[in-house]
Amino acid sequence: MRVNFTVNGRPQEADDVWEGESLLYVLRERMGLPGSKNACEQGECGSCTVRLDGVPVCSCLVAAGQVQGREVVTVEGLAEYAKDRAEGGCASGACGTGGTTLDEAQRWQAKGADSQTGEGVELAPIQQAFIDAGAVQCGFCTPGLLVAADEMLERNPNPTDADIREALSGNLCRCTGYEKIMDAVRLAAARQSEGV
Amino acid sequence: MDFLRPASWEEALAAKAEHPTAVPIAGGTDVMVEINFDHRRPEYLLNLNRVGDLYEWEVGEDSVRLGASVPYTKIMENLRAELPGLALASHTVASPQIRNRGGVGGNLGTASPAGDAHPALLAAGAEVEAESVRGTRRIPIDAFYTGVKRNALAPDELIRAVHIKKADGPQQYSKVGTRNAMVIAVCAFGLALHPETRSVRTGIGSAAPTPVRAQAAEEFLNAALEEGGFWDNGKIITPSVAKQFAELCSAACNPIDDVRGTASYRRHAVGVMARRTLTWTWESYRGARNASEGAA
Repeated sequence: MRVNFTVNGRPQEADDVWEGESLLYVLRERMGLPGSKNACEQGECGSCTVRLDGVPVCSCLVAAGQVQGREVVTVEGLAEYAKDRAEGGCASGACGTGGTTLDEAQRWQAKGADSQTGEGVELAPIQQAFIDAGAVQCGFCTPGLLVAADEMLERNPNPTDADIREALSGNLCRCTGYEKIMDAVRLAAARQSEGV
Repeated sequence: MDFLRPASWEEALAAKAEHPTAVPIAGGTDVMVEINFDHRRPEYLLNLNRVGDLYEWEVGEDSVRLGASVPYTKIMENLRAELPGLALASHTVASPQIRNRGGVGGNLGTASPAGDAHPALLAAGAEVEAESVRGTRRIPIDAFYTGVKRNALAPDELIRAVHIKKADGPQQYSKVGTRNAMVIAVCAFGLALHPETRSVRTGIGSAAPTPVRAQAAEEFLNAALEEGGFWDNGKIITPSVAKQFAELCSAACNPIDDVRGTASYRRHAVGVMARRTLTWTWESYRGARNASEGAA
């Protein structure tokens, strides 16, 4: 079957989609966006977290056909999404020139942003905070955590530690680097409230 | 496999009548796991995401009509006052990502004895609104669970909503697991005080082939509260009454040994949760009672 939906603010079309296929599979294998990770395939680990119409969900548990006509934001589009939001624009990018093309999203890399000089690729504040706080170890859980943490900071700009733990309770880090992850989210929240 | 995408409730019912083996999918948090792991290859998937009615709820005079697909997150955010037991239960479901997708309709459709919503529904009192092209009926929650992962739905029926009695007194929910998130209940317990009818209702999860009420325990407690004039005098519940209530709740279990826990642990834990939730709800009832008397 064919599925038309919006990915990172741009309309996309997936063809020959198997009816039992997950959104995660479509993103990774058909759109060439491997940022969302495939680990447990049962909603336990959160590494495939994306936003579906703004809401964080496990993309492995969404049937591809269910996203017909809906908006998905993946980690590859997170920087642009956060930028649009900060500029007070349409965060999904669906209403203007915003958003991230598939090509840009496929080439997107989380490197080059020097925390000392601030040079290089523009990162979402939460991404920069993860780098600065040393919250990335093997990196496998990072995309899901970024999407979940970014959504929490959008909803709740001044989270308590309990709020952060709850918001990230569906994301597992098997390097067990949770303390640094907490540091990163606190850092992003602090920078956000200072308007840095 | 075929992917059916009805745009309305009527279309969904027609599709289910035409293909009774079609598997409804809304949040997908159970169905997609089975498909991802190749445990299930349904001939038809019936996507309910486009049926807007299923995502709405109405607060009525005596009950809440909760659309089958209202996500747990919305229940926690919007219905804590009306449905405190279910809101607490919703908060114990998996993780934020899962609570954003899953709803009570899926819990009922799957009818797993471990479904988190069931003890809260049993304790509050509820009816399942099931519909097919043949018509609508309301199935009392006590008659809904018919076996392990079996329910009273006919093959052509879909769950449209659940009618849950609004709380007329304190409610509590307790669940045993290894951590606070992403846990399938080892066992769970729901308790609701109903001061209007001077009765108590319970719900037990994961400790019998189906979710069950501890009816003997309820009858014992109702009689003990009545006899001692507890509803009127607002006294602390006698420890011996709480103890016997807990024992009767344990006795209502018919658990198995499995990877999550042994049968004897489950029986024990249900007793502990019964005693604790009784204490919590009763203290809250007394507090509210004393506050209103103080004001008067």
